[in-house]
Amino acid sequence: MATVSLTVNGKAVTATIDPRTLLVQFLRENLRLTGTHVGCDTSQCGACLVHLDGKAVKSCTTLAVSVDGASVTTIEGLAAGDKLHPMQEAFREHHGLQCGFCTPGMIMSAVDMVNRRGHELDEKTIREDLDGNICRCTGYHNIVKAIAAGAEAMGKGAVPARQAAE
Amino acid sequence: MSATGIGAAVRRKEDHRFITGQGRYTDDVNRPGQAHAYFLRSPHAHAKIKSMDTKVAAGMPGVLGIFTGDDLATDKIGGLICGWMIHNKDGSPMRAGPHPALAQGKVRYVGDHVAVVVAETLAQARDAAEAIAVDYQELPAVVDTAKAIGAKTVVHDEAPDNSVFNWHLGDKDATENAFRAAKHVTKIDLVNNRLVPNAMEPRAAVGDYDAGDGIFTLYTTSQNPHVARLVLSAFIGIAPENKLRVIAPDVGGGFGSKIFIYAEETVCVWAAKKVGRPVKWTADRTEAFLSDAHGRDHVTHAELATDAEGKILGMKVHTTANLGAYLSTFSSSVPTYLYAPLLSGQYDIPAIYCEVDAVYTNTAPVDAYRGAGRPEATFVVERLIEVTARQLGKDPAKFRMQNYIKKFPHQTPVIMMYDTGNYGASMKKALEMIDYKGLGKRKRDSARAGKLRGIGFSSYIEACGIAPSAAVGSLGAGVGLWESAEVRVNPVGTVEVLTGSHSHGQGHETTFAQLVSDRLGIPIDNVSIVHGDTDKVQMGMGTYGSRSGAVGMSAIFKALDKVIAKGKKVAAHVLEADEADIDFADGHFSVKGTDRKLDFGSCALQAYVAHKFNGQELEPGLKEGAFYDPTNFTFPAGVHICEVEIDPETGVTRIERWAAVDDFGNVINPMIVEGQVHGGIAQGVGQALLEGARYNADGQLVTASFMDYTMPRADDLPSFDVGMTVTPCPSNPLGIKGCGEAGAIASPPAVINAITDALGHEDIAMPATPQAVWRAAQKSISRQAAE
Repeated sequence: MATVSLTVNGKAVTATIDPRTLLVQFLRENLRLTGTHVGCDTSQCGACLVHLDGKAVKSCTTLAVSVDGASVTTIEGLAAGDKLHPMQEAFREHHGLQCGFCTPGMIMSAVDMVNRRGHELDEKTIREDLDGNICRCTGYHNIVKAIAAGAEAMGKGAVPARQAAE
Repeated sequence: MSATGIGAAVRRKEDHRFITGQGRYTDDVNRPGQAHAYFLRSPHAHAKIKSMDTKVAAGMPGVLGIFTGDDLATDKIGGLICGWMIHNKDGSPMRAGPHPALAQGKVRYVGDHVAVVVAETLAQARDAAEAIAVDYQELPAVVDTAKAIGAKTVVHDEAPDNSVFNWHLGDKDATENAFRAAKHVTKIDLVNNRLVPNAMEPRAAVGDYDAGDGIFTLYTTSQNPHVARLVLSAFIGIAPENKLRVIAPDVGGGFGSKIFIYAEETVCVWAAKKVGRPVKWTADRTEAFLSDAHGRDHVTHAELATDAEGKILGMKVHTTANLGAYLSTFSSSVPTYLYAPLLSGQYDIPAIYCEVDAVYTNTAPVDAYRGAGRPEATFVVERLIEVTARQLGKDPAKFRMQNYIKKFPHQTPVIMMYDTGNYGASMKKALEMIDYKGLGKRKRDSARAGKLRGIGFSSYIEACGIAPSAAVGSLGAGVGLWESAEVRVNPVGTVEVLTGSHSHGQGHETTFAQLVSDRLGIPIDNVSIVHGDTDKVQMGMGTYGSRSGAVGMSAIFKALDKVIAKGKKVAAHVLEADEADIDFADGHFSVKGTDRKLDFGSCALQAYVAHKFNGQELEPGLKEGAFYDPTNFTFPAGVHICEVEIDPETGVTRIERWAAVDDFGNVINPMIVEGQVHGGIAQGVGQALLEGARYNADGQLVTASFMDYTMPRADDLPSFDVGMTVTPCPSNPLGIKGCGEAGAIASPPAVINAITDALGHEDIAMPATPQAVWRAAQKSISRQAAE
């Protein structure tokens, strides 16, 4: 067994775990943060995407012990209390989700895209940059629209405090 | 139209939980004391199990139980069933081999279920499974669809030639006569490639057993929890229905693959009692590839006869359909009654004959996948039409319009009675949207850049709103395909609607609430939709076949009629008027010709306090239920046009434009409907360009992860131009036709017709990968140079 200490959504957590525990298992099973999903186990689909020290990682292929001491943000930590993150709002407004299973990873990926590429994202950029996330429901049409709108809204400053602190 | 009523693009009520990570999927369910199941699966496509030794594994850390097919048999747990009886041409029944949930003596495909280990943790269960010693006697495998009949290898003794059935539909003599009279006959050979549905949420199950009351509970990723309970209870024998609760919470996409009753959920719920602990199983993606029911997998020869003017006279089709190693829940209906009755397409075809050979192979079972039979039919029809137009030198749009059905109702020669439509209007609109007139210039521009540009049409029709119970019963279905609804009005006037439909991405919590808000004149936030739990909803048939709007909402409509009728009785007492004088509109009951009125919420309160009437004249309460059985299928139809540009140097196909015009009848929420169209097109484009499940000759699935099986990603697709025409459906009270499958049905032939247009009519199979397109482009270039 191994001990791992992380900051998850702003809260310090320490646990003793089987060293083969994946980060996504640690989040879902130890912390019961079930918003992060497992869609493929091979870092292809991005349903498990979280932010690790402010950068996007696939938590299904990350060992929890390998990120000891890091700060993790999951979909549950994106809103500031009742105030949704502008990217969450954009996905709802533009019908960027259907079954909702890929959605947490999509939103976390989209926020990371804005952090890396700025607030003015054209369709081509969004489509190419989104190649680490798979959605089976939407055909991506409305996800692309949502990300463009969410990126613009983030540029207008309505970003919750924790996200800004990353 | 109100802001939240019928026809409004209401933002989805269910979204808040999904965008905040609060969705409740089956794998998110954790029961106290829960143990974990791991299935030992066959590594061989075909083998006898000579012996199995579980002793070492049973003694490993954390192991609570190891079970095999013998244990299921001892407990008299029955095998999985196929619920649709198909008869051979000679009248004899189809040949159904046994389908045990855990193998009994033989395995028939890679991934077949050999044993289950239940342990404290998943890792312990997996470790122990590796220690189970199975002595297999490997047998040769039969894999190839076209070569299964009469192969030396026999999958089931019950079907010595691997034929599940040899079935036909249509008038053979009339069709032969039509061909004899023809001026031109087009002949094509097609393969409809095998697909893996790949809902993003893998299948999962949590079985629980309450020893105090003897009640089983199964949480499962199901599109139809009541059908699952019915089958698990009445056929498999887990427990009587009153002792078995099935809950399908949030389900992360289905596309057909979660209709069926599989081995894993059967075993998990049974094993919960065996080990005295809740038992959880969640598929990893490779397990999903191996054991989810696959889709399509047809090999077809088709012919179309036309006269001198290009009028279609007849169609002949022979299809071999691969049903895999076992008959899945509805597999037999897919290449028969969901397929051949659609071969008339949008066209006036006097004679059609279709023969289908369904075969067993050592591959995963094949069943309904988005569209289910109708994409296969549409691919046949629209490739035949396109090739014929080219051979006759006719414009493909004009050739289609020449042969469209123009008068309704229209009886096809293959069962269906089309009720309404306006196919020419959809084509006209789609031609404008794609700027057909500008195509020549765009082709020349592409050519100057060294690229090949092509356009492809697809005029599809589907039969959905499945289905009139008497009709499907006469065709072999084991169930009726009505839907149920219950409308419970609370004393404060808020409403819960219990529906037998199930939402797994379709947005029923929003669209169904729009209907209720619209009809009762109450705020949409006052309406909650309840689904997916057999303890809450009495009975239902679930969601598939684009049926939840046309059938599920019609049941709600009918129940709302009863609520309003009862409300009028209550209002009559309260307003001291004659019931015949009570009107209901805009959320108020009023007395004709007066200003006396009662709002809906007050009426509900009066119904429950019951001070103004007594139980002899009127029962207290306001709750009504309805079962709705449709009187006909519904017939959504439309035209999709795809424009591609191919780089002959790399073989890469880019979809440059997509125009879709669909007639879904009346639309409840255009935002959600357009989203369904987008997603359907993406799956069809996936089939046409990217996806293909491949077994090697030994029966190993070589495309068993997202690293080997190409899923459509954002940069494989364009944005879609989606338009609509409307002819309301006459057979249901809302005029709805259904929209869930249209995109997946329409799009594969549109893409392939566009590619073959770009390639100078060089044929190409699906998926048209860059390699395949490059080869075809080189062939086309050399052929054209030689000419």
